[in-house]
Amino acid sequence: MATGPVMVAMSGGVDSSVAAALLLDAGHDVVAVTMKLWGGESDTGCCAVSDVDDARRVADQLGIEHHVFNFGEDFERDVVRPYAADHARGLTPNPCIECNRHLKFDRLLNRAEALGFDRMATGHHARIVDTPVGPRLARGADPAKDQSYVLHVIDPAVLARLILPVGAMTKADVRAVAVDLGLRTASKPESQDVCFITNQHGREAFLGDRIPLRAGRVVDTDGIDVGSVNAIELVTIGQRKGLGLAGGTDPRYVIDIDPDEAVVTVGPREALAGEVTKLESWSWTGEPVTAAVSVQCSAHGVPASGLVDAEAMSVRWTEPHRLIAPGQSVVAYIDDVVVGGGIAGR
Amino acid sequence: MRPEARDAWIEASGRHHANPTGSHKAARDARRALDDARDLIAGAIGCLPSEVVFTSGGSEADNFAVRGALSTRGGIAVCSAGEHHAVLEPVEHSGGLTFGLLPDGTADPAGLAAVLDQTDDVSIVSVMAVNNETGATNPLPELAGVVREHAPEALLHTDAVQAVQWLDLRSVASDFDLISITGHKIGGPVGTGAIIMRGGLELDPLILGGGQERGRRAGTPDVAGAVAFAAAVAATVANRESDVARIRILRDRLIDGLVAALPEQVVVTAAANGSRDHIVAGIAHICLRGVEAEALLFLLDAEGIRASAASSCSAGAQEPSHVLASMGVPRDVAVGSLRLSLGPSSTEADVVEALRVIPAAVDRLSRFGGG
Repeated sequence: MATGPVMVAMSGGVDSSVAAALLLDAGHDVVAVTMKLWGGESDTGCCAVSDVDDARRVADQLGIEHHVFNFGEDFERDVVRPYAADHARGLTPNPCIECNRHLKFDRLLNRAEALGFDRMATGHHARIVDTPVGPRLARGADPAKDQSYVLHVIDPAVLARLILPVGAMTKADVRAVAVDLGLRTASKPESQDVCFITNQHGREAFLGDRIPLRAGRVVDTDGIDVGSVNAIELVTIGQRKGLGLAGGTDPRYVIDIDPDEAVVTVGPREALAGEVTKLESWSWTGEPVTAAVSVQCSAHGVPASGLVDAEAMSVRWTEPHRLIAPGQSVVAYIDDVVVGGGIAGR
Repeated sequence: MRPEARDAWIEASGRHHANPTGSHKAARDARRALDDARDLIAGAIGCLPSEVVFTSGGSEADNFAVRGALSTRGGIAVCSAGEHHAVLEPVEHSGGLTFGLLPDGTADPAGLAAVLDQTDDVSIVSVMAVNNETGATNPLPELAGVVREHAPEALLHTDAVQAVQWLDLRSVASDFDLISITGHKIGGPVGTGAIIMRGGLELDPLILGGGQERGRRAGTPDVAGAVAFAAAVAATVANRESDVARIRILRDRLIDGLVAALPEQVVVTAAANGSRDHIVAGIAHICLRGVEAEALLFLLDAEGIRASAASSCSAGAQEPSHVLASMGVPRDVAVGSLRLSLGPSSTEADVVEALRVIPAAVDRLSRFGGG
């Protein structure tokens, strides 16, 4: 099975550790790389020195070379600054998806090619399946850990050069392999949060250093003032707390944000559903699909049936669907295979 | 380690395990070995043996100079923007001031004068003898003259860590109150170094304890390290003239070969005035247009060529060069920086190999958008 050398992107977590081990076991010539993306504070994620140490020590244990690439300027330009700018526009961005789009599956992949690597591998939980129109991204075997949503931005042309060794495994199996091999990352907890936002200082402090935060009014559907927020840029669709609302009523949720006027509208649970979600961008991985598809709007969200109209830039839901925060990614599947994706608009 | 230093270390580490501050015979023997090493280093630098204080290396020596001066005398520290981080960080963290480099990589005397005129509270000025990235040699007597004129009370420190291999420091030592040197840059053991403290200068020590090194640096002295360090200094000084002449020819062949092979890409660093006379013989620093150093280093490493770019952070990633930035090298050129170091063990065959591997790697990366 061995062909040319494979560059495996190692974050210092258990999944990419096992991915590297499996590639070696399959006879590949493997070199490990960790991207240094963020120079500031970090609780965990790809960027803390301790994670780079873990990646290096796992590579040492496996007997493969380990290198660190500093893509900090790219990360700042392509992920961090757009993240702040999107918040300033009242959007709810997903920086992990932008990191995948610009860093892992563009910048790093191009460098791998320049350095003579035929293929690149990562420890993501997703699969690459062969279809009549070429390789396509599909859900990982472990439904609870599936990462196809955050990987949907990978260009199908790139999939032919990509290996996702743990995509066909459950997380429990991945950990079992790591335990068997005695890898130091076997029981390492998962990173969940945005790597450049710390628990200690939080999103508000981070954004406050980068964009002006504006106080906003909170009104009900009749336009009556019912509360206030310190920073309109931190409010998201569906939010219930932190709106300065008086108690004693049924729960009210954010159903609309007007960043220009700094007004947040709240409404009852029923108002949190709609028949259509607008799109700011959309692309099919192949031919446009005119039938209803399975559409997912957050990393671990429950998919729902809807019809994507790329002309009208909208998703028409088969059943009324919870409102989607503008800026969130919208990913379409047929069965388990990603067929398209885009970003929700206003 | 060079053989002279390694042999000396093995011999001394077997013989001198005793604490040289003790009073028994073994201790006195160790003390003699330590003081012989001190004499030898003093002779090579052009100072008195009592002025040599052994440290754990250049970083400790630099920290001691800057922080010791500030702690003892108050005021602020001034250094060039191209200093090693072991000087730059103590200066910047204490609220000190920096002045820039000229395009040829040397510290700007006019910039130094301007900074010294901003305040009358400067307690120490630090300017390195030879830049560790570019190899540019600073005009130390001229810079010392500027300090004497504009801040006569200030102490003068030079980080000469990079210089011992290439320059005779005896001619400049008299201008400076403090001089940092290290063993591993001249084939001595890593973890050895010294701060030269001229004329009975007393500074608050960084490390307090048993009063060793005349109270200037506590901790049981590393006798074997000092002996091997001194052996490296002796061997370096004895061969320096011939080494420099031979290595300079190799270095120029390397740079000229790279320019000839890659005329569009190679920018010879610090050669703004067309001359390499002020660049020490052992450093070939170039920038490669359109190529990212990090990717180039990867390809060179795979071919067995150990080069470097600027400096590495604690995670091992390459960081942009503050030295090139201070010289005014544009950012897009500086990302392609490549430093090739030559030393006494470098050979003609090494140069031939580098000239085979580097242009091929640069060509490859250029085809892929720089890497």
